[in-house]
Amino acid sequence: MSQDNNTYSAAGEVAMVKTRRTRAQRIWIELRKAPPTAIFGMVVIFIYLFTAIFAPWLAPYGEAEIFAVPFDVWSSTHWLGTDQIGRDIASRMIYGARNTIGIAFVTTLLAFFIGGGLGLVAAINRSWLDQVISRAVDVLMAIPSLIFALMLLSIFGSSAGSLIIIIAVLDSTRVFRLTRAVAVNVVVMDYVEAARLRGEGLGWVMRREILPNIMPPLVAEFGLRFCFVFLTIAALSFLGVGIQPPTADWGTMVRETATLIQFAKFDLKAGMTPLVPAAAIALITVAVNFVVDWFLHKTSGLRDEH
Amino acid sequence: MHPVVATVLQRLALGLLTLFVVSIIIFSSIELLPGDFTEAVLGQAATEETVAAFRLELGLDKPAPLRYLDWVGALMQGDLGTSFSGRAASGVDRSRSVAELVGPRLANTLFLASMTAIIAVPLALFLGITAALKRNSFYDKAVSSLTLTTISFPEFFVAYILILLFATLNSWFPSLANVDPGMALGTRIWTSFLPALTLTLVIVAHMMRMTRAALINLLASPYIEMARLKGEPPRTVILKHALPNAWAPIATVIAFNLAYLVVGVVVVEVVFVYPGIGQLMVDAVSSRDIPVVQACALIFAGTYILLNLLADIIGIITNPRLLHPK
Repeated sequence: MSQDNNTYSAAGEVAMVKTRRTRAQRIWIELRKAPPTAIFGMVVIFIYLFTAIFAPWLAPYGEAEIFAVPFDVWSSTHWLGTDQIGRDIASRMIYGARNTIGIAFVTTLLAFFIGGGLGLVAAINRSWLDQVISRAVDVLMAIPSLIFALMLLSIFGSSAGSLIIIIAVLDSTRVFRLTRAVAVNVVVMDYVEAARLRGEGLGWVMRREILPNIMPPLVAEFGLRFCFVFLTIAALSFLGVGIQPPTADWGTMVRETATLIQFAKFDLKAGMTPLVPAAAIALITVAVNFVVDWFLHKTSGLRDEH
Repeated sequence: MHPVVATVLQRLALGLLTLFVVSIIIFSSIELLPGDFTEAVLGQAATEETVAAFRLELGLDKPAPLRYLDWVGALMQGDLGTSFSGRAASGVDRSRSVAELVGPRLANTLFLASMTAIIAVPLALFLGITAALKRNSFYDKAVSSLTLTTISFPEFFVAYILILLFATLNSWFPSLANVDPGMALGTRIWTSFLPALTLTLVIVAHMMRMTRAALINLLASPYIEMARLKGEPPRTVILKHALPNAWAPIATVIAFNLAYLVVGVVVVEVVFVYPGIGQLMVDAVSSRDIPVVQACALIFAGTYILLNLLADIIGIITNPRLLHPK
């Protein structure tokens, strides 16, 4: 409202209401009301994205550039030292942001594409197709996803492509359940029926009638799924069957520098090296969770505050 | 038939059906391998006779459904097949049976898991119940935010922090949990203390939060209010009115988290080089030793399904409303 004390007038105030705020203004107002945890989360996510996008300009050295001294200590030339074959860890951390976040993001997107699409189709169709997909998802969810992923990776081999597809398919099961559950309530609405009677195709009904109405829970789920995918890929890489070297990736980096922890007694900084990529993984998970919590709080009472 | 018995039988049948389908999925993993995988296993120099003999041993000349029946039949008798590793192109076969590889490691993993469960379950229940009773107090907030942080951390992060604090900076516990069967129980517990502590931290967070949520929901219900208004002492309210309805969610929470333990154990075993079945599975995945992967996946998936089934059944038989139908 009008904050200018000198020229305040009731008529002006009333007239203000008529001018609709632009989308940017409304977003800015919401952002200013955000709790500190959400602001912290957004700042962290912004820094990560910035690092990921501008990695080649930010990194002091190349992703796979090898220096003379392996396992070098923290110094001004190598901020976080070097790894087991003499690559600069700080540079690999920066490139790792790009690879790790990029792969997790693509995987989550693919999972939503598969799970969301099938969920919508099942919710609209509600016949044998719904039954078949739902039962298949039940079975897939009966196997712990890390174990299933390990089994599939042993068959198809560990490459970035198969990693993305396997995790996306396994994760789409949960997206499917959520999408179907929320979409079923929307499908019975009159305007969906009206669109069908109008003769709109399946694609239109899915995209223009149902999707806009189930967006908030899906967006929140996207954040949570992203965290889960991120942690799964990090765990698989840590186990040595995820993203393969020489691609820099935080999970693999923890594994590669893990031996350094034995020397913490003599050089605490060098001993902390494996904790740096691990902390980077933990931090983004916490940040995304904070933002999703706030978003859920804003959009609906879908998840009660316990 | 009593309705509870009927529901339990129905769940059991559904669980068995799931187990059956899962076993088919795991069995068909070998079908998905590229056709020339025998050469990949035996090496480039394998003669045609060795390849043929190997294919015959795997039963690849028989149709898939028959092989599935053979596989399940052998499973029932404890025969998990033979490992791919240790085979040579010359036909010399030094491979070991999978059961022999899995057996001792399964015992180790069960030891670690039960040690974790013994620490984690009472701790989580205690924290959850006290936090729910003293809701919104400083204690509640401190416990809740602490557990929220450990939930977000990947297992290996927690594990390495513990190693840094308790194994390298202060050498109280060994950082490598290399147990062997000849160890005395005391040393064994001491050696595997750090992995157990890591797992405990990870699952206590989940269990505590879910117990707290379940109890808070219950304490807000009208019949608890009624009991309080009647003038019942707090002890009776909790023990006689709240707990009978709380057992089901709490049991579900415990079983669910023990099932989660099954997955968490893989990463933790690799960090601490603990000779368990999770590490065996990871090694087998790296070397693409399919029979071992199949056996491990079957054990993990089976445990997971059975624990979830158990949670379901406990939930049903402890539900007072189902036990006394109208």
